[in-house]
Amino acid sequence: MTARERFAGGRMGNFIRDFTGKISSINQRYEKPKIKLSRGAKLALLFLEIYLIVLVALLAYRFWTIIHGGT
Amino acid sequence: MDLLSKFYFNYSKIIKTIKIYLLLAGPGLIVMIADNDAGGITTYAATGAKFGYSLIWFLVLLGPVAYFIQEMTVRLGAVTKHGHAEAIFSAFGPFWGWFSLLDLTLVNWLTIITEFIGMTAALSIFGIPPVITVIIVIIVMFGIVLSGRYWTWEKITMAFCLVNLIYIPAAFLVHPSVADVLRVGLIPNFPGGFNGTLFFFMMANIGTTIAPWMIFFQQSAVVDKQMKEKDIPWGKFDTMIGALFTIVVAVFVIIVTGTLLYGMDIESAAQAVHVIMGTHQWVGTLVAIGLFDAGFLGAICIALTSSWAFGEVFGWAHSLNYKVKEAFWFYIFFFFGLITAGGVVLIPGAPLVLITLFVQVVAVTLLPAALVFLIILLNNEEIMGKYKNTLFDNAANITIVVFIIILSTLYGLSTVFPNLFG
Repeated sequence: MTARERFAGGRMGNFIRDFTGKISSINQRYEKPKIKLSRGAKLALLFLEIYLIVLVALLAYRFWTIIHGGT
Repeated sequence: MDLLSKFYFNYSKIIKTIKIYLLLAGPGLIVMIADNDAGGITTYAATGAKFGYSLIWFLVLLGPVAYFIQEMTVRLGAVTKHGHAEAIFSAFGPFWGWFSLLDLTLVNWLTIITEFIGMTAALSIFGIPPVITVIIVIIVMFGIVLSGRYWTWEKITMAFCLVNLIYIPAAFLVHPSVADVLRVGLIPNFPGGFNGTLFFFMMANIGTTIAPWMIFFQQSAVVDKQMKEKDIPWGKFDTMIGALFTIVVAVFVIIVTGTLLYGMDIESAAQAVHVIMGTHQWVGTLVAIGLFDAGFLGAICIALTSSWAFGEVFGWAHSLNYKVKEAFWFYIFFFFGLITAGGVVLIPGAPLVLITLFVQVVAVTLLPAALVFLIILLNNEEIMGKYKNTLFDNAANITIVVFIIILSTLYGLSTVFPNLFG
């Protein structure tokens, strides 16, 4: 490995470390939601979760049928 | 004399009001007009070609729908001084925050590709190769954004918004029957009965009127413009004027294609331009310019939306009021999105049709979430104080949100399952 490659590799390593560190700090900063959710809001979020799970399942099913030769 | 002084007083008052509006105008007007992006113009053109003037009434109804959703972002931005991405992280935690941010970035990037498709197709009518279009567009966007002032960016973008009105003279040039437009267009009707095709077109029009990026864009723009609580009435007024403009443009696109292409199946605005050019060269030229402008406005606003959102969450300096060296990552993110999206359009054999369809599918995973978060945040007294949703706001907004979630979901699913509605 040349000095230039080591230098580039080192910089890339630093960048990745900085980036993952930043993501961790964002996760910590917002770990505890800052507002108190009402029962209606919690219900809406639950609905949203179910909605997304069903939607992703449908899309995954469609993707599966396409790669298995469906139309 | 008394009459004259009264007249002068009223005149001065009106001029002062217009001046205040022009100072505070921007986010609402831009977001609404940029909503008529290349994809939007394609949808309106196809609707006019398929059903003539018959669905104008439906588009008119979508104006208030867009207004009610977008005015919430004005209040939220002015009160919290945070963009929508940051508000989601802050209120709902990292899971929903990352989901929204990454989904927004993906759907925005794909949408920018469709804007470049529209722009390159529009300028190819004038013999300009796509590669030249992409390079020039990116350079011009560099120029506008790097001015280092939000105000400069906003006013230049508003000038591009005015170009969007080009469809109005185009409609007059095709000499439509005004009586037909009023009779067929403004009386609610379902041409050919309420069938799958009609339903698909209605859903497509809703999908283009309310897009996820609009919510994030307007809230961030309100924050970048440093609007305060006292500016909320003006922000709402600006949004209302914007909603009016967006519907006027949509209606005039329908009048053009409903007059010239009625009964044809149009799959893209570029195809419509080509056909119109064959018989009405001036109209075709205006429509092509309008299509380019629509793509341009869409691309610059949508790319900014992603940059603002990432800047808010990652804590980068994220304002157009900063110079490049002060907000390096904000500008890098902006141009990276634009350059890569423009590059995709230039790849020979790139699956552009598939990308266009994929945008609609990804959008339905984000739009319901963004709308639900908006309603929850606007109902939180801790955050909104006296600006929280009233009972009337909630009655209107929740009805609209439920309606949009159902129809946009059906639209997204009908893209993936084409035989869903027969």
